[in-house]
Amino acid sequence: MKFEEWLHAWPLRLRALLRPHEVDQELRDELQGHLEQQIDENLASGMSPEEARYAAMRAMGGIAQIEQQCRDARGRSVVDEFVQDLRYGFRQLRRSPGFSALAVLCLTLAIGANAAVFSWVEGILFRPYPAVAHQERLLALAGTARGESEATELSWPDFLDLRRSCTLCDEVFVSKITGTTLSNGDHAETATGSIVSANYFDAIGVRPMLGRGFEPDEDVGSDAHPVVVISYQLWRNRFKSDPQVIGKVQRLNNLPHTIVGVAPQGFYGTFVGWAMQFWVPASMEENFESGGYKLENRGARWVEGYVRLKPGVTRAQAQQEISAIAARLESSYPGTNRGRGIRLWRLWETPFNDASDLLPILKIMLAVVLFVLLIACANVGNLLLVRSFARRHEMTVRLAIGATRGRLLQQLVTEGLILSGIGTAGGLLVAYLCRHALVLMEPARSGATMYLPGEIDWRVLTMSAAICLLVTLIVGLIPAFQTRKLDLSGTLKADSPALAGAREKTWLRSGLVVVQVCLSFILLAGAALLLKSLQTIRNTSPGFLTTSVVQTRVSLVAAGYDVPRARAFQDELIDRLKALPGVESAAFARVTPLDYIAYSSTPIAVDGYDTPTDEQPTVEYNQVGPDYFATLGIPLLSGREFTRADDENAPLVVIVNRTMAERYWGDQDPIGRRLQVKGRWARVVGVAADSKYESMRESSRPFFYVPLRQDFTRQPVLNIRTNRSLDNISAALLRQLHELDANLALYEMITLQEQVNRSTSPQLVAVTLVSILGGMALLLASVGLYGVMSYAVAQSTRELGLRMALGANAANLFQLVVSRGLRLTTIGVLLGTVAGLALTRLMGTLLYHVSPHDPLAFGLALAVMTVIAMAACLLPAWRATRTHPAEVLRD
Amino acid sequence: MSKPSDLVQGTLDMLVLKILALEPLNGWAIGLRLKQISSDVLAVSDGSLYPALHKLEQRGWITAEWKSSEKNRRAKFYSLTRLGRKQLEKETSNWNRVSAAISGIVKLNEA
Repeated sequence: MKFEEWLHAWPLRLRALLRPHEVDQELRDELQGHLEQQIDENLASGMSPEEARYAAMRAMGGIAQIEQQCRDARGRSVVDEFVQDLRYGFRQLRRSPGFSALAVLCLTLAIGANAAVFSWVEGILFRPYPAVAHQERLLALAGTARGESEATELSWPDFLDLRRSCTLCDEVFVSKITGTTLSNGDHAETATGSIVSANYFDAIGVRPMLGRGFEPDEDVGSDAHPVVVISYQLWRNRFKSDPQVIGKVQRLNNLPHTIVGVAPQGFYGTFVGWAMQFWVPASMEENFESGGYKLENRGARWVEGYVRLKPGVTRAQAQQEISAIAARLESSYPGTNRGRGIRLWRLWETPFNDASDLLPILKIMLAVVLFVLLIACANVGNLLLVRSFARRHEMTVRLAIGATRGRLLQQLVTEGLILSGIGTAGGLLVAYLCRHALVLMEPARSGATMYLPGEIDWRVLTMSAAICLLVTLIVGLIPAFQTRKLDLSGTLKADSPALAGAREKTWLRSGLVVVQVCLSFILLAGAALLLKSLQTIRNTSPGFLTTSVVQTRVSLVAAGYDVPRARAFQDELIDRLKALPGVESAAFARVTPLDYIAYSSTPIAVDGYDTPTDEQPTVEYNQVGPDYFATLGIPLLSGREFTRADDENAPLVVIVNRTMAERYWGDQDPIGRRLQVKGRWARVVGVAADSKYESMRESSRPFFYVPLRQDFTRQPVLNIRTNRSLDNISAALLRQLHELDANLALYEMITLQEQVNRSTSPQLVAVTLVSILGGMALLLASVGLYGVMSYAVAQSTRELGLRMALGANAANLFQLVVSRGLRLTTIGVLLGTVAGLALTRLMGTLLYHVSPHDPLAFGLALAVMTVIAMAACLLPAWRATRTHPAEVLRD
Repeated sequence: MSKPSDLVQGTLDMLVLKILALEPLNGWAIGLRLKQISSDVLAVSDGSLYPALHKLEQRGWITAEWKSSEKNRRAKFYSLTRLGRKQLEKETSNWNRVSAAISGIVKLNEA
């Protein structure tokens, strides 16, 4: 049909499709009209009414036939054919429910895995902040320092200057994750919140559901604006959805705060991985952060930011402008900004939240689910091949009575579409059910709400539709290979399988099995590598004791303790604990290792160490109480531990770690030397062994300790070294606590081993996900292998019978079948090894001290694959040995 | 689809287009006109006429419209489209060529 004609025809066809009854009615009316006109004519020529009627009908012929001919003349549209194929396809699938269920299950799982990972990528990396406007123009903002690979935070004055000077950004805003205690009986719970710039809610386009956001001047001053916006969850759970909550007062740390707003439902803040429960303006920073008033201190880097670009501005253009601003700041304030830059990151590369942990995992997952999808397609393709053999006769008949090969192909692809369509619908359901699965894999933390949602939006739906199309083509075209070879007369005449055809089919099916084995071997090897890596991390000594040390916090701040009272309380509690049987020692520290709470950091100067002019060394430190090193089991290499004598009145002292001693004092003994901390000189009294501070994967770095009394915080972590069980020591501690003050509450108590486990949770998530999908792939591949082997046995009964008749025994036949299965497995494993060695290198950052070519991991994968392959061959092989030569040869 | 065995294949289309080139008509009138013009030589059964009309409509050569006929009876009236006019010209010249050739051959045989 020519284009012009098509242009004319499609409205008619569309109408026939949408209003078939109307079109039919018109056709009947038209023919009826003809008939009546003929009758009139006949009446006019003098016939009786009866005669006129019969004559007219005779002249016309069969009306039903004419109607049908007219319909045929109009032609059948592609859509009509499609609907017809669809009906036929559904009938076919209903006829073999076992096959259909298996195929749909394979595809549902595989497409579901894909859709779930897409939805995580969308919900965690691309559109991580529900309810926040224009996330496509949002970029993360953080600092850089010369000589440091990791991003740093920003200082408040730098942020203000940047916001003033940035012309390419619509909005610049900052936030800082923080926590507070909301006690509930004798349990204290952490609530996670954000300290934000006053423009926060306006900048992200979130309007509080009740009350207001922050006024422009509320981030100015010191403790000047004690106002808080609470989350919908907090409002529901703690304030029982009180509509009068605005204006009520809630104590947060030291100060009562007025509730000015309730955030809308579905808004969780702007920190990937965590659901925020409250927001306070930056002017309240001292109440939540250690280290004093920072809003006028350019050297105090503590906030993390975001910018929203103006429409049409690229990241590179904005970066250029921001770099220029950072360079101006560097030359204006060399004392604090020497070697400092400011950088923009894409949201999914955000350096300061859980996105950076999850990015490499999700990248690997994208590859893994694609593999699973291909394996499932191969499997379903294999099933369809078997069926296409069974339907060979049907296809041949259809060809013989005039169907074109194109028409048959259309039918096969339509059947593929039915399978993949159902699979995609099921897969989206799976993805929806799995949207919070990532959080489940993370270890639970009391009080803090992890939030890692999958997001099923139009982009995820589009990707799923693309996957569906891909699957349709693959599974539809595999059996089409067969129809291509159909030989009309041959197949119609003889109903027995043609030997040549059978061999070709076997070749194709074997190829598909090899692909499945190859892909699942790669996944197995990957899972084994990740498992070994996790094992290595968990077996790496963090440099402190893990199993015999527990840690918790006491809610002194919420109970309104001031500094002198807190000091006295801490000493008293330590004394009481040490008197308990089974407690070796106990010590406070501001930060527990591997926690998400940041260490304090300070620019340093060292006596006798010439700092390069373009470098401002900054080192992190922890505030620890007496006996800290003994309690955590961190060896002191020289010097002494802090004691009660190192208090606020004593000379300032520090203990440095080994790496710091070597970097700044070299071969000399640092004991007795001076170190400048926050502008004040302190004397080194000890050198401690290196340990892990923020992450199990970090390499050794400079770090030091100051006495807690000389840089005090009222709510430090309590570490207890004990041989008593967690519940036991927890109850004992609570008793001691309530003897001192019945109003105090205790935070969740965990061992340091649990702390290590929590900090390695991204690795655990990766291992869990890859293992689940690897297992799925293995199952699919073994089903495929089993299918091919049993088919091969069923096809070659004649040959097997002949062999038996010629003297082969059962063991020979068994071996024959198994060795054939192993041959396929071996080819698959060989290909898998080659591809795997190339691909596992991409896992890079996920592997900790494990070579991507680790022979043990590949060996393990080989062993599992071989065992599973053997198992898949056993039943077919056993069936082969049951061949009765006489029966077979007689047939 | 049955084809009018008494007509040279494809001629029915041309004849219908030619008739409709004069004025829009309904199916019954087209059949009547065919018989009148050809003095009943070309008797086209209604069984062939209607499928042909629907096919021509589908190809965009003619277009249909429901109108009231003389006796206030609603009927489907067909008229020629721009595409149909072009097609008619093509088929007419084709026909002239072929019929000239055929009559030439027939005369040759007589001689």
